[in-house]
Amino acid sequence: MLGNRILILLFLSAWVMTGCNSGGRKMKKESDSLLIPRDDAGVYEEIKKAEKVFYTLPSPLESAMLIKSAGAKFDDNLLNPVDNTRNYITNKSMALNLGIYTCDLSFASLYDQTQLIINYMNAAKKMADGLGILKAIEQEDIDRLEENIHNTDVIMDIVSQTYLNSNSYLEDNGQTAIAAMVLVGGWMEGLYISTRLIDLKDFNSNKLVGRIIDQKLSVDILLSLLEDSKGHPAIDEIIVQVNKIKLIFDKVTIKTSPIRPEYDQSTSVTVLKSEVQSDLSQEVFRELAVAVAEIRNSFVK
Amino acid sequence: MRILRIFPVVSLLFLVFSVTANAQCKAFAKADCLPELAPYTHDGNYHAAVLTEGEEAELFKTFYSDMDYRLAVCGEEILPPVEFIVMDASNNILYTNKNANFSRTWDFKLESSQQLKFVIKVNSSSEQGSSPKSGCVAIMFGFKIKK
Repeated sequence: MLGNRILILLFLSAWVMTGCNSGGRKMKKESDSLLIPRDDAGVYEEIKKAEKVFYTLPSPLESAMLIKSAGAKFDDNLLNPVDNTRNYITNKSMALNLGIYTCDLSFASLYDQTQLIINYMNAAKKMADGLGILKAIEQEDIDRLEENIHNTDVIMDIVSQTYLNSNSYLEDNGQTAIAAMVLVGGWMEGLYISTRLIDLKDFNSNKLVGRIIDQKLSVDILLSLLEDSKGHPAIDEIIVQVNKIKLIFDKVTIKTSPIRPEYDQSTSVTVLKSEVQSDLSQEVFRELAVAVAEIRNSFVK
Repeated sequence: MRILRIFPVVSLLFLVFSVTANAQCKAFAKADCLPELAPYTHDGNYHAAVLTEGEEAELFKTFYSDMDYRLAVCGEEILPPVEFIVMDASNNILYTNKNANFSRTWDFKLESSQQLKFVIKVNSSSEQGSSPKSGCVAIMFGFKIKK
């Protein structure tokens, strides 16, 4: 009788704990205060109140779209060869390269590289399967991809869905460190491809330089994301690597005027108006490109 | 001894409930929130959590001047309307859906790339004495190249 009561009590406790805590990217902890700039008490107080905090990076699809929208040309030599899949046997290497291959897949998709799209979808599937992610990329996704190989919208939809399947599976199963590594891999690949596509001869007029400067805004978010899984050996190694990138981005200045939201009634879109001044010298760019290549190559080796 | 026998059972129950609740959120996000993004392309990222009335979540993300964006914030039917507030890096409020009848979506674009913060609130609507309601809340982003 007593055993039954204990069982019921523990059962209810488990239910309450589950209902309150599940699904979030992160539960607030006292140590989170270390992540918040001390000179911004307002932000600190706000964040202390939140039950869950999500730190999110541009997805591989978004990164690839940013590269294309900047007018960059496609270069398949920059992608991680699909033959490398056989080298990835640890969870860390498979997670990082799931992000990397998804970025490469997105890049190939936006430039109508039909055979590469199939190859990179299969490479991403191998990584997802290796990580034990169930139903992330199924044969029917690959069949649908082949049937719509010339329809960029459908391909982007498939890439988005399969990426959603992967990261939601990892989040839902409490594998937040692996999920973070997938995001890091995708983000680093986007930055790597961008830096390699810059020709210093047209440095000042290249729109892609602006997109690289913008990544400074994501470095702190990336570090906060990784801090959630601090203590995980693979994450600790990546934090050291990302901090090297942060130190270089610290040399880049971005000055933004206050944002003025204006609602456009004809389109029902809010325009966030502001002016920005930024400065990235060729010297700092070269330093960044070398550091990014070094880290990315450590991921794909 | 009895406790020792009970412990693994409870651990298993905890795991089952946790995975079930999360899987429900994923299914809700895909079925109820994803369609709200059309005709924008979903970025592929997943943000969903079980929130209880009175709780808040926050999200930090960088947005780019080359893109048009749609934000969709969806709460399960059991919850009161979910409020979201958009802030800049200095915590200035740029938008709140409270002034738009708690609309689930917000379309926006930026003249310069910015890091934005989103505060998602499940306000309390339950009568005093009744237990607060919990449900899934999904936050999703769609994008397209600026025309």
